[in-house]
Amino acid sequence: MLEVSGITQIFGGVTALDSVSFAVHKGDITGVIGPNGAGKTTLFNIITGIYRQTAGTVTLEGNDITGLPPEKLARRAMVRTFQNIELFGGMTVHENVMVGMHTKSRSGLLACSLKMPWSISEERRIREGALQWLAFTGISDLADHAAGGLPFGKGRLLEIARALAVEPRIILMDEPAAGLNSQETLALSLLIKRIRDLGITVVLVEHDMELVMDICDRIVVLNLGRKLAEGTPREIQENPEVISAYLGDDD
Amino acid sequence: MQFDQILQYTLSGLSTGAIYALIGIGFSIIYNATGIINFAQGEFVMLGGLLTLSCLELLQLPLWAAIPCSVAVATVVGVLFERLAIRPLRQPTPINLVIITIGGSILIRGLAMLVWGKDTHAIPPFSGDDPIAIGGATILPQHLWILAITLIIIVVNKIYFYHTISGKAMRACSYNRRAAGLVGIDVKRMVLFSFIISSAMGAIAGIIVAPLTMTAYDVGVMLGLKGFCAAIIGGMSSGISTVVGGLILGVLESLGAGLISSGYKDAIAFIILLLLLFIRPQGLFGKADSERV
Repeated sequence: MLEVSGITQIFGGVTALDSVSFAVHKGDITGVIGPNGAGKTTLFNIITGIYRQTAGTVTLEGNDITGLPPEKLARRAMVRTFQNIELFGGMTVHENVMVGMHTKSRSGLLACSLKMPWSISEERRIREGALQWLAFTGISDLADHAAGGLPFGKGRLLEIARALAVEPRIILMDEPAAGLNSQETLALSLLIKRIRDLGITVVLVEHDMELVMDICDRIVVLNLGRKLAEGTPREIQENPEVISAYLGDDD
Repeated sequence: MQFDQILQYTLSGLSTGAIYALIGIGFSIIYNATGIINFAQGEFVMLGGLLTLSCLELLQLPLWAAIPCSVAVATVVGVLFERLAIRPLRQPTPINLVIITIGGSILIRGLAMLVWGKDTHAIPPFSGDDPIAIGGATILPQHLWILAITLIIIVVNKIYFYHTISGKAMRACSYNRRAAGLVGIDVKRMVLFSFIISSAMGAIAGIIVAPLTMTAYDVGVMLGLKGFCAAIIGGMSSGISTVVGGLILGVLESLGAGLISSGYKDAIAFIILLLLLFIRPQGLFGKADSERV
């Protein structure tokens, strides 16, 4: 599904990522973990076209997507969410999700500017489609609230709903549980599993080990910019190198 | 002071104010989509008037055909401006962009001077110039045209931004460009589109005001600044607050010119502008730090 190979990123002499390669299988939930500074978010930013890497390639469904800007990736059914939620603050929750369905809009700018009736009826279709994603993420009751005034946990759900509205085949989440309380984290893990059950491949960077071990099918461990290990949650938990990276060496 | 006189000034102020509002909304739309204050906005107002003049006199088109023609040509100039001057910029910092728009405005004005000369030109009013009496005051049919066309444009704008998916995408860009790209919105296309809308609106404003005030290659400077002032009063909103801002400005200007001295007409706009920038830079109606559309 998604393959990164030989990703190297050097920021002014500091090697943030050193030849990282791994593959994400279709329909899996893949977790990318590692201590602070391991390069997880940098890796995400490279995959999603926000940074341009020093070397290496990213392949999505067999196509080279290295360095494509985010809007092109969205059209190739890959979306991401941010650690610090990025919403359209002054628009309603409902409108935020509608904008997510923008790429599915058939009538172009011209039709819209000429106020063609089908572009308004299409708006109605999208309005209804967006409601389904609000229901899926459980924030239907907030539809008419301003997105900027949402509590953090709800904002995260909205960001996920908006990403799903793009109808991705793969979604990358940057620390989805950051800032959530334990109850919200539990709800989130159920939501992520339901996203996988829709047939959407999930990749997440996460600090919450309990969440990662609970929901991930496969885990990639980064440490100091290198891939340390890769495997099922069980294999990772038993891997001595991973344990020492997290807990420090005994000697 | 007689009531009739005040009514007269207010009525004519409202129609000038409507023009300022249209120009101001043009400023706001580009500002919201790109963060740029497009100081070339006034030149599209000038182009609207002068292109209509050429369509009427040179091409002998009837008025109903001349107007869309000149709006179309002005819009093409807007597209070229975005393509050639804004988009290729390597480091689009606000100061670079502002200087580029000022440069663009000087260039467009200079070319207009070469094409149309330095003379002031008149465009015939849309439907005669028999005054209409309202109370003790009189207005011209052109005033009604201005108010009606402004109203239509504002309504169409509102429908576009709030009830079409493309309009919502454009608002989304103004709130969070990064997130907009993320959900597949082509931000560059939206920027281009904001220039299209703004230059078309500027041209329309220039056309409908030309029969009243005459037009020349340099009318864009003052009209542009007044429109900018309206947009600042409205807190750079592309909605109703900029319209109100334009109307307030138009009426104050007209009352000031009529009741104090016509020499202060332009000074009033800039005193308001300066006061607002000092005291309420977020606009008359805005909350501090509010998002704007």
